[in-house]
Amino acid sequence: MTSYIFIVLGAVLVNNVVFVRILGLCPFMGVSKKLETAIGMGAATTFVLTMACGTSYLIDRWLLMPNQLEYLRTLSFIVTIAAIVQLTELVIQKTSPMLHQVLGIYLPLITTNCAVLGVPLLNIGMQHNLVESLLFGFGGAVGFTLAMILFAGIRERLEGADVPVHFRGTAIAMITAGLMSLAFMGFAGLDKYK
Amino acid sequence: MQLFDFNGGVTPDYHKEASTQSPIAVSPAPTFLVIPLHQSIGGTPRPLVSAGDRVLKGQRIGAADGDMSSAIHASTSGHVVAVEMRRMPHPSGLSALCVVIKADGRDEWIARQSFDYRSHTAAETRDYLRDAGVVGLGGAVFPTHLKMSPGKGDKLDTLIINGAECEPFITCDDLLMRERAEAIIQGVVILRDLLAAGRVLVGIEDNKPQAVAAMTAAVQAGGHQDMAVVAVPTRYPAGGAKQLIRVLTGIEVPHGKRSTDYGVQCFNVGTAHAIHEAINLGQPLISRIVTVAGNVAAPRNYEVLLGTSMEALLTQSQPLPDTDRLIMGGPMMGVSLPSKDVPVVKATNCILAGSKKLFPPPPPEMPCIRCGECATACPADLQPFELYWFSRAKIFGKAQEYHLFDCIECGCCSYVCPSHIPLVDYYRFAKSEIWANESEKAAADQAREQYEFRQLREAREAQEKAARLAARTAAGRAAATNALAVASDATSDATPAAAPVAKSATTPATEPAQTPSPQAALIAAALERARAQQVQPANTTNLTPEQQAEIAAIEARRAQIRAQAHPHLPPDD
Amino acid sequence: MLAALLVMALGAVVLGAVLGFAAVKFRVEGDPLTEKIDAILPQTQCGQCGFPGCKPYAAAMAKGEADINQCPPGGDEGIRKLADLLGREYKPLSAEHGVEKPKALAVIDEQRCIGCTLCIQACPVDAIVGAAKQMHTVIAVQCTGCELCVPVCPVDCIDMVPVAENITTWKWKYPVVAIKPVTTH
Repeated sequence: MTSYIFIVLGAVLVNNVVFVRILGLCPFMGVSKKLETAIGMGAATTFVLTMACGTSYLIDRWLLMPNQLEYLRTLSFIVTIAAIVQLTELVIQKTSPMLHQVLGIYLPLITTNCAVLGVPLLNIGMQHNLVESLLFGFGGAVGFTLAMILFAGIRERLEGADVPVHFRGTAIAMITAGLMSLAFMGFAGLDKYK
Repeated sequence: MQLFDFNGGVTPDYHKEASTQSPIAVSPAPTFLVIPLHQSIGGTPRPLVSAGDRVLKGQRIGAADGDMSSAIHASTSGHVVAVEMRRMPHPSGLSALCVVIKADGRDEWIARQSFDYRSHTAAETRDYLRDAGVVGLGGAVFPTHLKMSPGKGDKLDTLIINGAECEPFITCDDLLMRERAEAIIQGVVILRDLLAAGRVLVGIEDNKPQAVAAMTAAVQAGGHQDMAVVAVPTRYPAGGAKQLIRVLTGIEVPHGKRSTDYGVQCFNVGTAHAIHEAINLGQPLISRIVTVAGNVAAPRNYEVLLGTSMEALLTQSQPLPDTDRLIMGGPMMGVSLPSKDVPVVKATNCILAGSKKLFPPPPPEMPCIRCGECATACPADLQPFELYWFSRAKIFGKAQEYHLFDCIECGCCSYVCPSHIPLVDYYRFAKSEIWANESEKAAADQAREQYEFRQLREAREAQEKAARLAARTAAGRAAATNALAVASDATSDATPAAAPVAKSATTPATEPAQTPSPQAALIAAALERARAQQVQPANTTNLTPEQQAEIAAIEARRAQIRAQAHPHLPPDD
Repeated sequence: MLAALLVMALGAVVLGAVLGFAAVKFRVEGDPLTEKIDAILPQTQCGQCGFPGCKPYAAAMAKGEADINQCPPGGDEGIRKLADLLGREYKPLSAEHGVEKPKALAVIDEQRCIGCTLCIQACPVDAIVGAAKQMHTVIAVQCTGCELCVPVCPVDCIDMVPVAENITTWKWKYPVVAIKPVTTH
């Protein structure tokens, strides 16, 4: 049980996808201008990433490994992720048009999110079982969401702040992201209690 | 009685003594009165008079435009000189429609009759107050009749009469309470009866002991057990409606609610006095008490006819030579007027003459240092610094999320700001931008609705036209067939060749009707009908040769004009 | 090699089948994006964008067939809002579609109007009333200032009058700090 907690906590804080592994930076910078979209993107990524980790584990375990086709991992994972994203979009559009409206164009963007490919690949490398894979994917996605929300909150404030002209826009966002990344490095200390 | 407290607030210098030394003076009626039609919140009243009309004092010259509006009356008797655009006492310095009256000096009243509110329904009383032009005289000029509904249930727990008058320099309510406490209490009695209020609390700041004494005496003289005059601690803005309700009852009216939802309603003492005059004396609201203070030699309160020029009023108090501006209202919430040549209106509680010495220009605005003083001072429990950042960066949606519209613009935040940021100016800017956006949005929504309706209507019309055409073609085809048959049978004079031609022309029209192409049948039938009509033109039979020639000439000329006007169109367009 | 091809082909077939099924099963009518874009457009229905109204332009933008800078009445602010909504780059108003003008209302010179009803037919929001051979007039509150009635008038009796600011539409200005000249001694 504790190992599960460690997997989730480790994925959320210690090895935060965005701030420590530096993955998924394009949506992190692109979709974090408003809190609402950041939350929506986080929620969609959480669902997709959890599913992607589970499915990719199954594909790897039952399809690729028995046929010694490990070199097809990247390819097959991408295809699977793309299919899951598409499926998610269709289902959300039908079942909850409100959520679909909130997520808007960010949903298909998840396909090209490197975090969504990176986490399943890391997951295979860590040789987790199915439950651990799902938890690892979920934890990574929650870490991504956390980073998005924190960053979006700060950027909303930055909009109204007196930023020197040359630092406005992406420049100050990059500086902020760097500072947050430094702060998250501090969670590495949690490892000591493992 | 237990008193409560509101958060925040400030204690500025009050400067109230100077204007309370002498009693209320009656400002003489001027020769010309400029009475703006739009003097309260709500729609602009419609003018009822035109240039040349004679009006009497108290005659209605502007009728309320809808229920959200309030009527306007002539302040004295005389002749209407013009109904025209005049400069308004407004920070913009823009003009609005005003009735200009030349006083005849006789000050002749209309027939005044008291209104027995007990024998009328509540709705009738509200209409009466609307037509008497009674609005809130505390400065917000909200039509009083709109506040006359008791809210939930049919009674009010507490009626609060606001005599706090917290803003520096302003003493008009203070003097009114000192001198006309009886009249105010009579107005309060009317309000109490109309709103079925359980108790009445008159809240007066404790820096006005004479007003408290006078009001207490008036309440005791009237033998009102359910009324109490309460001295509340002096702290700006204790006279804000929500703040006074909080202090007297402990009820905090939350965002998006009205005080009536909690059984409380609040009226200004001046309003109560105006209600007394309107209902008991039959006098509509045509004058008010105005404090003239600030950079003047003789600060004083005046009873002023609405429409009197501010300059004329100011002259009576002898403004000092270095007076460089005029503020309507007090130093905290008042607005600078771009001109002195504007009339006194219902909202004018104070005219403040300003000079560089009395109100030194604010030091330059410095960056916000995030000290949080403004949040401590805010009596509405908002976060002024957040509102400031969002308003300044024009992020209006966020500003609204932080309840920008709960801001009462009291100016406490600007007053305490160590960086001298004119916070209220930013809020006013944001509020007016949001209002403008909303009205634009409403207009766009209406346009979309109209456009969609038009499209729907066009589609429906096209459909109906097609249906009508189809019905007519079917009917016409049948009729044409019958008519031709009758014609060929009855008229033996018709050439034997004509009938077979008609027949042969009709046959292809009827035959394809059974074939799978009904359109072709309809076209054929239409052509046939057209041909039949051409055979017998109704109004061109039995023409003389001259007429024939004339027609031919006209036709030729027409064809020529057509060819010239539309060279690209076929001649028979 | 064969196994690899087979596995990928199998994956493609399975995923394709699932998505194909989902596309049929979860089919949605209507386009919420069009509605959202339409809500930003000013609804003048002027057609300056090259489409026969705001809704068609919104639909074209939702499909990616039209650019976001074709709406002169919406102005710079409108383009910014569209760029924000659609995640596209802001670009200035395209000159071929017109220039941003202050809002104006159509006013019919009633002396010159001949009652031809052409403007009534041209008005996209039914803001002109009148009948054949009768004088026409514009309902000011409903006029969007689209100018569509101006060119169709055969006697040029329609003028676009800019909306003047009055007491109720007046807006508080953005606070500006007065810059004082530095006095040197």
